[in-house]
Amino acid sequence: MPGGEAPVLQIAIAAKAFAGRAVLGEIGFAVAPGEIVALFGASGMGKSTTLRIALGLDQDFVGSVRRGPGRVGMVFQEPRLLPWLTLGENLRLVAPEADPAALLGSVGLPDAAGLLPRALSLGMARRAALARALAVGATLLVLDEPFASLDPALAASLAARIAAEAQTRRAAVLIATHGLDQALTIADRVLVLHGTPARLAADLAVDHAGDLALRAALLEQFPFLAAEMPAG
Amino acid sequence: MLSLLSLIALWWIAARASGNPQLMPPPGAVLAFAARAIASGEMPLNIAITLARVAVAFTLSMLVGAVIGFIAGRSKRADALIDPWLVVILNLPVLVVIVLVYIWVGLNEVAAVLAVAIAKTPTVVVTVREGARALDPGLDEVAAVYCVPALRRLRRIVLPQMAPYLAAAGRGGLSITWKIVLIVELLGRPDGVGFALNLYFQNFQVAGILAYGLVFAAIMLVVEAAALQPWERRANAWR
Repeated sequence: MPGGEAPVLQIAIAAKAFAGRAVLGEIGFAVAPGEIVALFGASGMGKSTTLRIALGLDQDFVGSVRRGPGRVGMVFQEPRLLPWLTLGENLRLVAPEADPAALLGSVGLPDAAGLLPRALSLGMARRAALARALAVGATLLVLDEPFASLDPALAASLAARIAAEAQTRRAAVLIATHGLDQALTIADRVLVLHGTPARLAADLAVDHAGDLALRAALLEQFPFLAAEMPAG
Repeated sequence: MLSLLSLIALWWIAARASGNPQLMPPPGAVLAFAARAIASGEMPLNIAITLARVAVAFTLSMLVGAVIGFIAGRSKRADALIDPWLVVILNLPVLVVIVLVYIWVGLNEVAAVLAVAIAKTPTVVVTVREGARALDPGLDEVAAVYCVPALRRLRRIVLPQMAPYLAAAGRGGLSITWKIVLIVELLGRPDGVGFALNLYFQNFQVAGILAYGLVFAAIMLVVEAAALQPWERRANAWR
C-alpha cells in the first residue's frame, strides 16, 4: 500500500439522509495515488451514494470531501453513453485529444469506434464506459459495479486493465463492487459498509493478490458478501 | 393525388352548378387569375413581403421561446414566474394581441412582426419547456464529472435531446405563424398576402382570394416539407 503521498481523495462523511431517513453514518477514508480501494456493502447500503458524494454529485450531506488535482474518470452503474454519438465521439466528448480506437481496443472493443451505443450489448456498453473513464488520463477513477453483467474471463481482463492504470499512471481507484474475488485480485484495500445507517465497518489491507486469509475473515464477519458474489 | 383530383373535380362541378363565376369561379378562372397576378409581379411581391414577415417573426419567436422555455424547464422558480404569463397570452385571442400591439407600437412593420412573435412565442415556450424537463439527469452528471465545457455540453449533450422538441415547436410554429401574419397584414399593413386578400374581399373577387390562398398555402407546404421535415428526421435519426 503506497504511503506518504498526499491522497487523491479524502472523504469524511458524518451523516447523510434521504428524506429524513439516515442512510450513511460515519464514513472516513482516503485513497492514495496508485492505490486501488474496493468498497463493499449489501445492496442499498449506500455504496453508490458514497461514490456520488466522492464525485461531488451529491453535496447534501454532513462532512467533507477533498479531491486532489487532476481529472476524474467515472463508470456509472448504467453505462450512460450518449446515444446519438458513436463510441469514438463519446470518448472524444470528454477527451478531445484521446485515441478512441486504441482505448476501445484496450477494453476488448476493437473496431467499435464507429458504432452507436444502441448497437452494443450491456456488457459492451459497460466496457465502452470504462474506455471513456480511461480516456481522460484521470488521477482518480471511480467505478460503480464495473464487472456486473460481464463473464468472469472478461471481468478478469478488465480488472487487469484497471490495475495497470493504477500501476503505470499512478491513478487512485475506488471501486464499488459485489465481486469479492475479483476485487481481492487487484485491490490494495477493502472497505465494508455495514449497519443502519451504513458506516465504515471494516478497512483492511490486502496482503497479496487473492489473499485467502482476508477472504475467509471477511466472509465470516460479513456473510452477505458470499450471498452477493456472482456465480461462477 | 386522387383525392386532390376529385377535389378539383368537385370544385369544377360546384362552380358550374352555382352559375355565378364572380362568387364561385371555376378552377380555370382561378388559375388564369394567378397566372396574371404572377406575371404582373403583384403576387410574387406580396408573397415575398409576407414570407419575409413570417421568417422574421418565426425566427424571433423560436429564439426567444427556446431560451425562455429552456430556463423554465430547468428552474422551478423561473417557471413559477413565467407560467402565469403563458396562461394569459395563450388564452388571449390572437386578435386582441394584434390590435393592442398596433395601438401601443403604431401601425408599422415593427408592430406587425412583434404582434406575431408575441402571439406565437408561448407555444414554443410550452413545447421547449417540456423538452428541458425531459433532459436526462444521468447525462448531466456525466458532463459534470467529466467537466465537459459549456459550449460542447450544449451542442453535444443538450441540443440533441432538445432537437425533437425544437423541431415540433418549429413545425407547429410555422403554420400558426403564417396564419397570424395574414391577419396582421389584413388589419394594418399596405402590402403582403393578407392585404391582398382584404382587397379582393372588399371587391368581392373570389378568384383573387382563392388564387392567393392556394398559391401561398402551396408555398408553405413546400417550405415545411423541404426544410422542417428533413430536419426533424435528422434530429431523430439516432433513435
